[in-house]
Amino acid sequence: MKNMLTTISNALCRITGRNVGAQTVSELLIDLSEYVNVTSLATPTLAQTLRQPPKPPPVGPRAPAAAQLVSAQTDRLDGPGTSVVVSRSFADFTSQATFDIKKCDVHRLEEAPPLKAELTRDQGLQYYRVMQTVRRMELKADQLYKQKIIRGFCHLYDGQEACAVGIEAAINPSDHLITAYRAHGYTYTRGIAVKEILAELTGRKGGVAKGKGGSMHMYAPHFYGGNGIVGAQVPLGAGIALACQYQGNNQVCVSLYGDGAANQGQLFEAFNMAALWKLPCVFVCENNKYGMGTSVERASASTDYYKRGDYIPGIRVDGMDVLCVREATRFAADHCRSGKGPIIMELQTYRYHGHSMSDPGVSYRTRDEIQEVRSKSDPITMLKERMLSNNMASVEEFKEIDVAIRKEVEEAAQFATSDPEPPLEELCNHLFSNDLPLEVRGTNPWVQLKSVS
Amino acid sequence: AVSNGVSLSSPQNAVSSLGLRGIHKSSAAAAQMMVRDALNQAMDEELERDERVFLLGEEVAQYDGAYKVSRGLWKKYGDKRIMDTPITEMGFTGIAVGAAMAGLRPICEFMTFNFSMQAIDQVINSAAKTYYMSAGRQSVPIVFRGPNGASAGVGAQHSQCFAAWYASCPGLKVVSPWSAEDAKGLLKSAIRDDNPVVFLENELMYGVPFEMSEESQSKDFTIPIGKAKVERQGTHVTLATHSRYVSFCLDAAAVLAKEGIECEVINLRTIRPLDVECIETSVMKTNHLVTVEGGWPQFGVGAEICARIMEGPAFNYLDAPATRVTGVDIPMPYAKILEDNNVYVHPERWAHRVQSSRRLYSSVTPLGEFCACVCRSGCSRFTSSPSK
Repeated sequence: MKNMLTTISNALCRITGRNVGAQTVSELLIDLSEYVNVTSLATPTLAQTLRQPPKPPPVGPRAPAAAQLVSAQTDRLDGPGTSVVVSRSFADFTSQATFDIKKCDVHRLEEAPPLKAELTRDQGLQYYRVMQTVRRMELKADQLYKQKIIRGFCHLYDGQEACAVGIEAAINPSDHLITAYRAHGYTYTRGIAVKEILAELTGRKGGVAKGKGGSMHMYAPHFYGGNGIVGAQVPLGAGIALACQYQGNNQVCVSLYGDGAANQGQLFEAFNMAALWKLPCVFVCENNKYGMGTSVERASASTDYYKRGDYIPGIRVDGMDVLCVREATRFAADHCRSGKGPIIMELQTYRYHGHSMSDPGVSYRTRDEIQEVRSKSDPITMLKERMLSNNMASVEEFKEIDVAIRKEVEEAAQFATSDPEPPLEELCNHLFSNDLPLEVRGTNPWVQLKSVS
Repeated sequence: AVSNGVSLSSPQNAVSSLGLRGIHKSSAAAAQMMVRDALNQAMDEELERDERVFLLGEEVAQYDGAYKVSRGLWKKYGDKRIMDTPITEMGFTGIAVGAAMAGLRPICEFMTFNFSMQAIDQVINSAAKTYYMSAGRQSVPIVFRGPNGASAGVGAQHSQCFAAWYASCPGLKVVSPWSAEDAKGLLKSAIRDDNPVVFLENELMYGVPFEMSEESQSKDFTIPIGKAKVERQGTHVTLATHSRYVSFCLDAAAVLAKEGIECEVINLRTIRPLDVECIETSVMKTNHLVTVEGGWPQFGVGAEICARIMEGPAFNYLDAPATRVTGVDIPMPYAKILEDNNVYVHPERWAHRVQSSRRLYSSVTPLGEFCACVCRSGCSRFTSSPSK
């Protein structure tokens, strides 16, 4: 401890041109107090759970010389009573750390995903950025819906961000993904800009589907929506996997569904053919505990969704931990790529909003339950605190990212509310691909509308 | 076509032609080919031409096809291109649509279109609507094919005609071939089309031989989707029909010709998009319209044709209301006499009976008489137009 204080003190002296003089701890502290604010740490509250490490005390470097250094970082020195706020340089952050992640239950598998996950600083900031963007985008959509600028269906994804981000982190852009109607997060992770997503929700021509699709019908390269019919996307996903196998391109298809869709017959038809033909398909059940207003116990005779594939191996994953999701997805994708056939991943996750904007989400679950998940298992908070407690980033950095995201989402919302609606000439376009222009009957026989491909 | 002057619509001849196996040896002038072999040839040629094309369905591979339409293809192309599926229509149709979305060009066979009802969500919501919903980002180049409509003695659940149901849906093309040339040319067009095409065959036509023109024997022979064909020129009444009922109309026309009534028979070929112009041109010439189909009358193909004719210029040329000849508005019965026979409709007005589709194939005369009645009654009602 004294060595460290000496080092810091010497460095500061060199910077400021003072002679090195202080030797004892108290002398060093007094010297340092000329450069930085020495504050005392408040006693951490005892009601913290294991998941939440104590928050660092506020930072406030006051010495002018210290202002040249980049962001500040707290460092606990002795006991809970004192701490010194020290300015750290960019290079002083931990560039990589290994985290323990929750063990995954497995079904018909000899191996399981690893119990540890490596995270680099860049990856961590990237995951944080993407999750926070999805979170803020969904909250903005909530706001716009309540202002009646978005109409119809709007199924929000906040709370489940770790699933989308973790999966995307483990697959390649050349892999394929298809999901159900809670699709805004995946539309973003698969490459569509926030403003195009919001403009699609508001039904403008700048939307990803030119305003013709809406919330549930957004598409991107290697992203097949956005599907409104519960369960229909799962055989589609198996078909995409068939195309991957047929073309021999070593790609996989991630085919997502919810706990509500898990009882659909066509899923089991798809499971059968995927297993029979060893299709490279990762079936993912996002179990957020409620299919609309029906809890899993009231809908399914077996709630072990990772086992429901019977002869298909399965993994049950903590869907609130982005690293857990990433490791499990990597494991699953490797399983498929090695030719072993399909695999099922159950991600245990939670949605803060109701089923859709017309569902307050509190008639079938308690506000306490929602609050508990928010405080103990929020995926964004978890990642942030992991990084902070391992010196991988600073609070300022996260704040900067938040500010930038807020700005991006705000601008996107601006675009989404100001962009014009699609022109009426667009009404009948895109009926057929690669076809000659044709005439479409309007609402009455005297109106013949033009349609181009 | 009427081969050797024998009516193809009579049951005896249909059975005997079903008994013929193998491809007819081509004469110097033209080749003869059964509808099933034309379909087989079309698929064979397209499988060879484009390696993204593949066929999946129940019994299409090792069984050589439930109706032997895909005979020999599995031997030639193997497991990868010709896939036997379990009996799970919703699942394998979804898989076919997904494969089409991801770059392949599947031919999805339904053993009969009755089973497509289990998968109709995938056909309509996943295939037909996707190009529109995605504003052109995602196309679905897929063909759904199989036998449609009435067969012989298969009962109510296996005899439904789905032409009207699929044809009401925007985003789909619905094709209904009649002859072997139709089958080959239209199936090739359907496979080459970048959009979802519902291809309605007819089981009782599979074994019927037709002459194949010189050009139809080329590997690049296609018939454009959306164009009807006038199979027989006429001046007195237009018979607009599709699939198997083209045969009945031609036979009826032959009978009526002896009475001096010349029927113009239009083979629709495509139900959606309907070639209304062809029908209009014909009606403006003949002044009388009868639509003939096997499906149920309500909200059917004939109903659509009548509505469109009313809305267009041809209405002013009609000397009598357009009439529909359809299957009886009941589930298909089993007993042969019921399946074949008639239901009386306005007997005091018509000298004969309006037939169910099954009746049509046992005797064409009533249809001919019916058409004659249409002409005569039409003429008497509108005295301004001269009787022909």
